[in-house]
Amino acid sequence: MLRIECPCCGLRDQDEFRYGGDASVTRPGHDDPDPEAWYRYVYVRANPAGLHREFWQHVIGCRQWLMVERDTRNHAIASVAFARKAPAKKSFTQTSLAQKSLTKKSPVRKSTA
Amino acid sequence: MARYSAFSIFRNALSGQKDWQRAWRAAEPKPSYDVVIIGGGGHGLATAFYLAENHGIRNVAVLEKGYIGGGNVGRNTTVIRSNYLLDGNTQFYEFSMKLWEGMSRALNFNVMFSQRGQLVTAHSADQLDGFSHRANIMRLNGIDADILDRDEVRRLVPYLDFSDTARFPIHGAIFQGRAGTARHDAVAWGYARAADGHGVDIIQNCEVTGFVRDGDRIVGVETTKGRIGAGKVGLAVAGHTSVLGAKAGLELPIESHVLQAFVTEPLKPLVDHVVAYGADHFYVSQSDKGGLVFGGNLDGYNSYAQRGNLGVVREVAEAAIALMPCISRIRLLRHWGGVMDMTPDASPIICPTPIEGLYLNGGWCYGGFKATPASGWCFAHTIATGKPHPLVAAYGLDRFRTGRALDEAGAGPSAWLQ
Amino acid sequence: MSSNQKRLAAGGRISREQPVEFTFDGRRLVGYRGDTLASALLANGVTLVGRSFKYHRPRGIFSAGPEEPNALVTLGTAGRREPNLPATTLELADGMVVESQNRWPSLAFDVQSINSLLAPFLSAGFYYKMFMGPTRRAWMFYEHFIRKAAGLGRAGTDPDPDRYEVRHTFADVAIVGGGPAGLSAARAAAAAGARVALIEQDFLLGGQLLADPSDGVAASWLRQAKAELESFENVTLMRRTTAFGAYDGNVIGLVEQCGQTDPQRAGEARQTFTMLRARSIVFATGAIERPMVFSNNDRPSVMLASAARTYLNRYAVLPGKKVIVATGNDGAWRTAFDYAASGAEVMVADLRAAPPAALTAEAARLRVAVRAGTRIVDLDGGHAVRRTTLAGPGGESQTACDLVCMSGGWSPTVHLTSHLGVKPVYRDDIGGFVPGAFTAGRFGAGSMMGTHSTADAIDDGHRAGIEAASFCGKSASVPAPSKLDLGETATAPLREISSAGRGKAFVDFQMDVTTKDIELAHREGYESVEHLKRYTTLGMGTDQGKTSNFPALVAMAALRNATIPETGATTFRPPYTPVAIGALAGRATGHHFKPIRRTPMHDWHMANGAEMLEVGLWMRPYFYRQSGRDVNEAYVAEMRTVRQAAGLMDISTLGKIDVQGPDAAIFLDRVYANGFAKLPVGRARYGVMLRDDGIVFDDGTTTRLAENRFFMTTSTAKAADVLSRLEFLLDTAWPDLRVAVTSVSDEWAAMSVAGPKSCAILSAAFPALDVSDEALPHMGRLESEWEGRALRILRLSYSGERAYEIYVGATAGGQLWSRLLEAGRAFDLKPYGVEALGALRVEKGHVAGPEIDGRTTLDDLGLGRMAGKRTGFVGDVLRRRPAYLAPYRQRLVGLECIEDGKRLRGGAILFLPGEKPYGHGRGRITSVTFSPERGHYVGLALLAGDVAVEGNEITAVYPMKDETVRARIVSPVFLDPQGERLHG
Repeated sequence: MLRIECPCCGLRDQDEFRYGGDASVTRPGHDDPDPEAWYRYVYVRANPAGLHREFWQHVIGCRQWLMVERDTRNHAIASVAFARKAPAKKSFTQTSLAQKSLTKKSPVRKSTA
Repeated sequence: MARYSAFSIFRNALSGQKDWQRAWRAAEPKPSYDVVIIGGGGHGLATAFYLAENHGIRNVAVLEKGYIGGGNVGRNTTVIRSNYLLDGNTQFYEFSMKLWEGMSRALNFNVMFSQRGQLVTAHSADQLDGFSHRANIMRLNGIDADILDRDEVRRLVPYLDFSDTARFPIHGAIFQGRAGTARHDAVAWGYARAADGHGVDIIQNCEVTGFVRDGDRIVGVETTKGRIGAGKVGLAVAGHTSVLGAKAGLELPIESHVLQAFVTEPLKPLVDHVVAYGADHFYVSQSDKGGLVFGGNLDGYNSYAQRGNLGVVREVAEAAIALMPCISRIRLLRHWGGVMDMTPDASPIICPTPIEGLYLNGGWCYGGFKATPASGWCFAHTIATGKPHPLVAAYGLDRFRTGRALDEAGAGPSAWLQ
Repeated sequence: MSSNQKRLAAGGRISREQPVEFTFDGRRLVGYRGDTLASALLANGVTLVGRSFKYHRPRGIFSAGPEEPNALVTLGTAGRREPNLPATTLELADGMVVESQNRWPSLAFDVQSINSLLAPFLSAGFYYKMFMGPTRRAWMFYEHFIRKAAGLGRAGTDPDPDRYEVRHTFADVAIVGGGPAGLSAARAAAAAGARVALIEQDFLLGGQLLADPSDGVAASWLRQAKAELESFENVTLMRRTTAFGAYDGNVIGLVEQCGQTDPQRAGEARQTFTMLRARSIVFATGAIERPMVFSNNDRPSVMLASAARTYLNRYAVLPGKKVIVATGNDGAWRTAFDYAASGAEVMVADLRAAPPAALTAEAARLRVAVRAGTRIVDLDGGHAVRRTTLAGPGGESQTACDLVCMSGGWSPTVHLTSHLGVKPVYRDDIGGFVPGAFTAGRFGAGSMMGTHSTADAIDDGHRAGIEAASFCGKSASVPAPSKLDLGETATAPLREISSAGRGKAFVDFQMDVTTKDIELAHREGYESVEHLKRYTTLGMGTDQGKTSNFPALVAMAALRNATIPETGATTFRPPYTPVAIGALAGRATGHHFKPIRRTPMHDWHMANGAEMLEVGLWMRPYFYRQSGRDVNEAYVAEMRTVRQAAGLMDISTLGKIDVQGPDAAIFLDRVYANGFAKLPVGRARYGVMLRDDGIVFDDGTTTRLAENRFFMTTSTAKAADVLSRLEFLLDTAWPDLRVAVTSVSDEWAAMSVAGPKSCAILSAAFPALDVSDEALPHMGRLESEWEGRALRILRLSYSGERAYEIYVGATAGGQLWSRLLEAGRAFDLKPYGVEALGALRVEKGHVAGPEIDGRTTLDDLGLGRMAGKRTGFVGDVLRRRPAYLAPYRQRLVGLECIEDGKRLRGGAILFLPGEKPYGHGRGRITSVTFSPERGHYVGLALLAGDVAVEGNEITAVYPMKDETVRARIVSPVFLDPQGERLHG
């Protein structure tokens, strides 16, 4: 049984987690109209025999989505981190949004920011 | 190739078994072949056989990195059925069923195809309606199918849980009488022997390490036994399609996942049919040797490790007892894992690829064994003619781009949920 | 025969004052506490114990452990019947009912032993070469007989009456194996400060030390080691516990035999399955002795030399008085010496031309005859050996005997490490495979690593224990272990396979694989080890080839003229020894197979005649018996109640998600295909979510509670998936959105009051609330309190009638349900179940599970207008792939039955009138109901767009009932297309 070191909850059995698949694929922006980009995101997988970056969610625990690096040949886990680049903010502030808006473009969000 | 028969058994019994020949030659590679098939599993060997048998293409090599039949054809739970719902799948698997029915005689090798019938239990009126839909489609496509009510199920398989304590009571079942099991290793060996008889070279311990190109075209393979030229190359390495595909530069909608299989100690006959639990992931049959052979769900994370974990072992044991309480005291003898090519719609891929000279057969998910003969037949046709056989027209790689996925379960593109 | 006639007067680790009665094939026998079934049978002179798989050859007791291939028995009767148990591992218990198996009519006279005579025809793989005719189905005929002949024991078909437990434990250091290496490792790790679990399959600790005399130096070392371990508070000793598998994450699967033998533990679970998570593991699993291969080596009273020694020293049984010890190594000589010391007449036949002088000197001292350079070539004797034929430098000679002890060397037990993917590597110096490189935190010790002497094993265990503890950060200083020197020597062992002689020479005893079978496999090209196994069935028995794999490998290597590593090694799969499936399931059986989810109103449903239905893990009212005799009568009556008065439905199972944050509206705008940004506060909206591939994922209503707060409901089935998906998008795709989501499904009880009288009922139930159309319009919401709990009323309709969804703090659910029924009595309010709920929605043309089947798009379901020209939501781009827009794509239509006395059925296949019913048709009926409004059956269907013309006829074919029904294509909304009833 895989044992995953949740950065929030500690070392836990795999059956507390939900698998989320390949984390190396890039999700297009929500308003990206390019079918090819979405096709590749949804369907095309490198599927390496070796180190695999993948999502797991600690559903019976902190419910954070995690990014795990694991070797598909022997299941050895090399690293675990929160999938969010920064952990979820405890409180919402306008400044955090302003900072983030530099990195992601989103016309919908701009209208409210 | 000396024919196998009761007479040959008798003759050899008297001569101390000294006259048997190799089932297939221990071939070493020639410099080039008309067709090179990568993968000495059931599908690769069947493809080679049908290339020779149906298309007269005999200058063929099958390259196997280990020993033939060492992948999924030797690891599966041997269930054969043709109870598919969707247009494209229904006809393909029924064609396969028909080939199974004549396989032992066609190959002169007893693959022990035993049509003992398969039933899937239903646990609500809605589920039974869904099964009726499937059964209707089967009948309308000339395939045998029946819907059984609770009492009929009970008469057929009285050892299932019909008690008041069943968590999900049995309402009925869908039944296919022609479904059954076969001796999985024999399928690989039978095709190998028959292909060898047509002059196909079966080359074991020969791993493909790369592809030889002439411009955009693939004209051969690099192997651990040197370079081998090829007019055409067929890839039949389900489980590892992505690994070989990457060497050829193919981008694929495939993930490799491990599926566990289980066998109990050998017992006197107990389970006559193939029985699948409609309320959870569990199915069981009994081999001719007496072991109950069963399986459950994927472990659920990408893996090439050919071994699974204890969580699924527990889940499968729980489901086994939920369906069949008497299995509690029967002892698990062995469990192992096979690496599955999972596709986003749980249907396979058989097609020419965008790379000239390269043909693809893979993405069998956990259903490849039953497809072995039809897969070989249709892949041979695809390679020989350069065009997909009509029965695999729906199995093209481009179906995900165009939206023609064949998603029997409606589980969506997360491969591990299929 | 007198009882225990083969038992010595003194010695051994049995309690002579505690006799244990049991029966074997109906014969009453007595053993002692401390016996195994095997030792008790031997003590009573029973040599014939079983019959082999294929040839039904008579078989006796071969080993003293779990490697036993021969002595398999069936224990117990009825539901407790358990076949194929090795007598060598069964701790003797009072009242055991034991039967031999794979024989008929009796063990001594077995009809199928004729197979032995047919053996020339039953060569390896014979069945692949025949039974192929005369017809295609001929195999089905032959197979019937083959299946009956195959198999070993017979399983019962009754449910298992016993109980099993599952336990989860943790340790710093897990030590597998309680022999000298394991004991030493446990002591060292414990002294270093680690929390230690020591796992031993036997009911006694000691491993091979138990084969030594029970009053010697080994015994006193063992006594001291045990006492020391018992004094550690940080050591858990787990006896009768098999580590059956090693898995990722250093998880070891353990099965403990609990309540069978110890009267003080009667009533406990029969077995306990433990999942042990260890930070570090020491494998001290020992080694298994191998047989020698010679003609008729399978006869009863031929056993492994170490086993013979175990029976003598541990159980005080002297199974034979004229003993031949056949070996090519030093270790087996100790068996000869101990037997000689106990008064037996012993001869050693050693393959080696010059056995070590120290051994021959000791032999001379104990009057043990020695034949050097000598092998056994044949054995005589049916149910017990009588005579051996030896071949040596002086030619062949025959010697009478009643016990043959053999040793073909030792195979390190690398099963568990192999489970973890550690490939075994061959060591020529010991003639066996040891584990390859371990990953960090895993260690091996003792004979499983190839150490030879007990002294070395103790040192090796000590080192491994310290390293394993240190890996866990525990490194207190550890005093040196006490020494134990048993004077073992190890001079060049031989690994020969001898197949001379006229009889069968067995390699795999249980599967009846002989050297001839291996030759045949080689001749036919099945020369890879895996082919050999699969072709001959070698190693496929209940012992999984523990004693046969290596001899087979040696034989194949010789035939191929290859080295052993070139020939290969087999991969061991869990479990190490067979595990009862019941143990793996623990208590998750019967009702407890899956958790049962009950709504807060469950007790009311049960007390008021609800027929319940499993919906996923939930229990929901299917229909109420007060409404009709069966579901078909009841659901129509319940529909009428809703349409004419009002009905009350428990909808607590809906998924409920609280969505909060400044960007909540933007977030919902992206996850739903239809817009939510402009939804006014206090209003609800039906929404549909797509998957990334453009297929419909789920639907539900979401209500804007405040500018930055929404209350989302999902379908019952998708509740968990939807929440996870929302969290995924927030965590990975749009971390810039300031939104938090959380499940509130269990916090709310929910019920729906639907029907023309629903508003009046609400007024009566909540006199203080204004539920008028002005205060609570259609798609409006109301927040309040009821009996101190939060109350939320949404005016939503699924049935097409005026309806209200009422949410109340979960603990008040039952109370409010009763209050509503009471208030509604005057208005004919009645509860209704999911069958009526489904029928009402079909009549109204709402899609649900059968239509949202994971293959349909918004457009297929007639919901395309909801998205309109919106973009930027999940699934938006891929839903516009060409195949989804094709004109022939199936889309939702309504059907009404136009033939009197006939009905529509879900799952019927649709064809054009006059079209031959063959293939997949033009579509299918997804849901049907009898429509009290229309007076006939109506249904929803998915029908090819190019033939889905309203007003046209279509034929519904249902082969399962031989039915063909004509239907008319109509709008899927059968009731009130203008939606007037919502306000009625």
